[in-house]
Amino acid sequence: MAKPVQLEINGKRYTVQSDPETPLLFALRDELGLTGTKYGCGEGQCGACTVLVGGTPRRSCQIPVSAAAAKPITTIEGLEKDGRLHAVQEAFLDEGAFQCAYCTSGMIMSSVGLLSTNPSPTSAEIVKSLQGNICRCGTHPRIIEAVHRAAKAMQERAR
Amino acid sequence: MSGPLVRFEPEPERYEFSAGPMHHFDLARRDFFKFLGAGIAVFAVAKDSLAKQETAPTHGFHQEELPKDITAWLHIGEDGKVTAFTGKVEIGQNIRTSLAQTVADELRVPFDSVTMVTADTALTPFDFGTVGSRSMPTMSPQLRRVSAAARDLLVGAAAKEWNVAAEGLTAADGKVTNPATGRSLRYAELARGKTLAQNLPVEDPVTPAEQWTIAGKPIPKKDGRAFVTGKHQYTPDLQRPGMLHGKVLRPPSFGATLTSFDAKAAQAMSGVVIVHDGDFIGTAAANERDANKALEAIHAEWKEVPQTSSKELFSYLKQNAKAGGNDRTRRTKGSVEDGLSSAAHRSDATYTIAFIAHAPLEPRAALAEWSDGKLTVWTGSQRPFAVRDELAHVFHVSESNVRVIVPDTGAAYGGKHTGDAALEAARLARAAGHPVKVVWTREEEFTWAYFRPAGVIEIKSGIAADGTLTAWEFHNYNSGMSAIDTPYTVPNQHIEFHATECPLRSGSYRGLAATANFFARESHMDDLARAAQEDPLKFRLKNLSEPRLRAVFEAAAKSFGWPRKKTQEGQGFGIAGGAEKGGYVATCAEVAVDRTSGAVRVVRLTTAFECGAIVNPDGLRNQVIGANIQGLGGALFEAMEFENGRITNPRFSSYRVPRFRDVPEIEAVLLDRKDLPPAGAGETPIMGVAPAIGNAIFDATGTRLRSLPMAPHGVPLAKT
Repeated sequence: MAKPVQLEINGKRYTVQSDPETPLLFALRDELGLTGTKYGCGEGQCGACTVLVGGTPRRSCQIPVSAAAAKPITTIEGLEKDGRLHAVQEAFLDEGAFQCAYCTSGMIMSSVGLLSTNPSPTSAEIVKSLQGNICRCGTHPRIIEAVHRAAKAMQERAR
Repeated sequence: MSGPLVRFEPEPERYEFSAGPMHHFDLARRDFFKFLGAGIAVFAVAKDSLAKQETAPTHGFHQEELPKDITAWLHIGEDGKVTAFTGKVEIGQNIRTSLAQTVADELRVPFDSVTMVTADTALTPFDFGTVGSRSMPTMSPQLRRVSAAARDLLVGAAAKEWNVAAEGLTAADGKVTNPATGRSLRYAELARGKTLAQNLPVEDPVTPAEQWTIAGKPIPKKDGRAFVTGKHQYTPDLQRPGMLHGKVLRPPSFGATLTSFDAKAAQAMSGVVIVHDGDFIGTAAANERDANKALEAIHAEWKEVPQTSSKELFSYLKQNAKAGGNDRTRRTKGSVEDGLSSAAHRSDATYTIAFIAHAPLEPRAALAEWSDGKLTVWTGSQRPFAVRDELAHVFHVSESNVRVIVPDTGAAYGGKHTGDAALEAARLARAAGHPVKVVWTREEEFTWAYFRPAGVIEIKSGIAADGTLTAWEFHNYNSGMSAIDTPYTVPNQHIEFHATECPLRSGSYRGLAATANFFARESHMDDLARAAQEDPLKFRLKNLSEPRLRAVFEAAAKSFGWPRKKTQEGQGFGIAGGAEKGGYVATCAEVAVDRTSGAVRVVRLTTAFECGAIVNPDGLRNQVIGANIQGLGGALFEAMEFENGRITNPRFSSYRVPRFRDVPEIEAVLLDRKDLPPAGAGETPIMGVAPAIGNAIFDATGTRLRSLPMAPHGVPLAKT
C-alpha cells in the first residue's frame, strides 16, 4: 500500500488513500466527494476539471495526487465564503453565462485564476486564458462578459 | 394552440429510434395525494384517453403517436407550493425555467413558488422524449391549460367558501380576491385539507401572450446558484452506498466479434467483479482505477471485419443506396425536365456532409441500483421512458419495476436518445450485487456513441432570364429529410431522400439533416444568384412568398447592413436562411480569409429568428447564439475520421470544436410574434450558419466549398 498523501483543499487538510499516481481529479471526485470539479476529457484539453493549485489554474486530470501535495488547492466548492459567492460566481449568475453548465466550474476556476494575476483583463486576454476551456453549448460571449463584470465588481470591492 | 392529439412522426434520419416499442403509462394505480400530500391537483387528460395507437412501420419508417392520456400534471400543496410534473428533460435548453414561467404566469403565482419535477419515470407522466424542439410547442400549452384549470378550481373553492358566484372573483399573486368585499384567500388556505383532483377540460381558455406577466420575461435560470457553486449533481457526480465503478471492454473495431477471452488474471484481483454475457465483458471495482486495471488484465481475441474508411465514404454512400422509396421520401411537382429545358441558365452540383459528433461535455453516464428485483437508474438521457422500456426489455422485468431518473444533464444536442450506459451499468450492478456507475471516457464518447449521419446531396436547377426558378431537382443520400423541401417557389420540382447502407452508427443531431439540406440548397441558391447577376438577398426574395421567412431574411439583412461594401482584402459576406420545426431563420456572415494561408476567420454572424411568441427572451438568445457557435464548428472544421473500423480522431486534441478564439461577434435578432403559439428554438437557429459562412467565403475568394466541413485546413486558394 502506498503512503497516504496529505492535501490541503479549500483550507482543510485531507489524507488521501488513492494511489499517488491517481490524477487529482479522481481523488477529489471519487474519494473526497468534491464532485463540483468535472471530468470532460482526461487529456487536459477541455478545462472542465480546472482547479487552482497554489492559486494557478491547473487541469486536475493531468496532475498526480502526489504532485498536488505541495501547494494549497482550491476547487469550485471553496469559492463561496460564509454563504457569500465569489464575485466571479455572482457574475456568471448575473450574465446567465451557462446553458447546460457542465463547463461552468472549470470556466469559473480559470477566470478566478486569471483575475488574480490580471485584475482588469481585456477581452483578448480573457479569450487567451480561456482558450483551453470548452463550452460546447456556445455560451462564450456571455462568459467573456461575466469575467469583465467580475473584474469590475472585484475592483469596486477592493476600493 | 395544440389540441389533444399530438402526432410525432420521427424523421427518417433518427435511426436510433427504429428499435423498441413504446408503452403506455398507467396513472390510475398511483396514489397521487399519498405521495404529494393534500392539496389541489390537475391532470392534463384528453377526453378520449387511453386509446393509444401505434402504427406499424410502413416503408421502413417508424410512426408513433404520443400517448394521449396524460401529458402533464400539477399540484398545489397546503403550503401554497406549486409542483408541476413533466417527462421533459433539462439539458441546457432551459426548460426548467421556461416551463416554470409558463405555470407561474397562468396560475398567477410568483415564479419562485413553482417547482418543476422533470424526467423521473416514477413521478412524471409518460413523454416520448425531449426531441425535435417539441418541449415548448407541446408541453408549454399543456402546462398552461393545466395551470388555467387549477386556477379555476381555486377560484371555485373561494367562491364556495364565501358563498358567492365565481364570476367576478380575481386570481393574482397566489391569492383569490373578491373585489366587491376586498377579501382574499391565499392558494395555500384554499388548498388546505383538500384532496381535490380534476382532469383537464378538453379546451380551456388560456392567457394570450399579450397579457403574459411572468412568461415572456428574461428570468434567470432556476437553481442557477447550484451550478455556479458546483453543488448540482450530474449523473457522473452521483454516489450510492456501496457503489462500484464499472468499465466495459470495447471491441478493437466496429463490427468485431469476440472469439475467445481469458479473464483469469483479472479474476485473481481482489475486490473486482468480472461480467461476461454474450459479447459483453465488463468489470466493476471500488474505484475506476481498479476497474480499469482489471479490464487491462483481460485477454480477449476478436474477429475483425473489413470496414469502410472516411476516405471512401461518399462514393460508398452513393453506391449503397437502397432501392425503393415512397410518398414520404419522394415528391414531384410539374416536370423538372421541362423546367430545365426552358431555363436560361442551368446548374448542377454535388455537396457532401461528414459525420460529426455531439461531444456533449458530460459524457454518457449511468448509475444503476437493483433492490428486491427492482431497478433504479440515474442517467443523462433525452428519453427516460424509452430507456426504462429498453431496460425492462433487456432484463426481463416489468416496466413498473424499473425507474429511470434524469438529473439535469450536461447537454445532449440530440445525442442522448439511447440507453447504452444505462444498460451497461444495470448489467454490471446486477452481477455485482452493488450499485454500479459507468461513466464513458471521452474516447468512448467519440467512438461508441452515434454520429450525425454523413450524406451526399445532388442538385440540378434552372432559372429563367428574369431570375425566377424554373426547375429544382434535389437528391439527399443518407443524411436525412429534415428541411429537404425548398421554401422557394419553383413550378417544377423533384425532391427525394435515398436511404443507404451506412458505415457508422448514426442518429439524431441538433437540427437533424436540415443543416445539410440548408447548406446544399443555400449554397446552390447563391451560385444561381451570381449566375442571374443579382444580389443574393434580392434573388432569394424574388423567389420567395412565405412572409415569415421573408421577414427574417429582411430582419437579418437590416441588422447586418446588407449589402455591405468590402473594405479589406479577403473580406466576404454571405446570407442564407430557411424554415424548419415551426421556426424561421436567416443568418448573415462576414468572414476574413487570409490570402496567403487560406485560414478562415468568421468575423461576424447576425441571425434573425422567429419562433412565434417568445417565452423567455434571455433563454432564447442563449440558445440562438449557442446554435450559431456550435454550427460554426460543423461548418468549418468538425469531422469524424475513421479507418479499419476505428475512429482515428477520438479526442478533443484531434477533433476540433469551437473555442473562444473561434467565436465571432454574434447578434441574435429575435422576432416576437405574440399572435402565434411558441415553437421550439433549440435547433433551427443552427441551420443557416454553414451556408452563410460558405457564401461569405465564396464572396471573399471566388472558391465555392461544397463539403462540410468546408475548411478544416483553411480554404484551398487558386494559385495566382
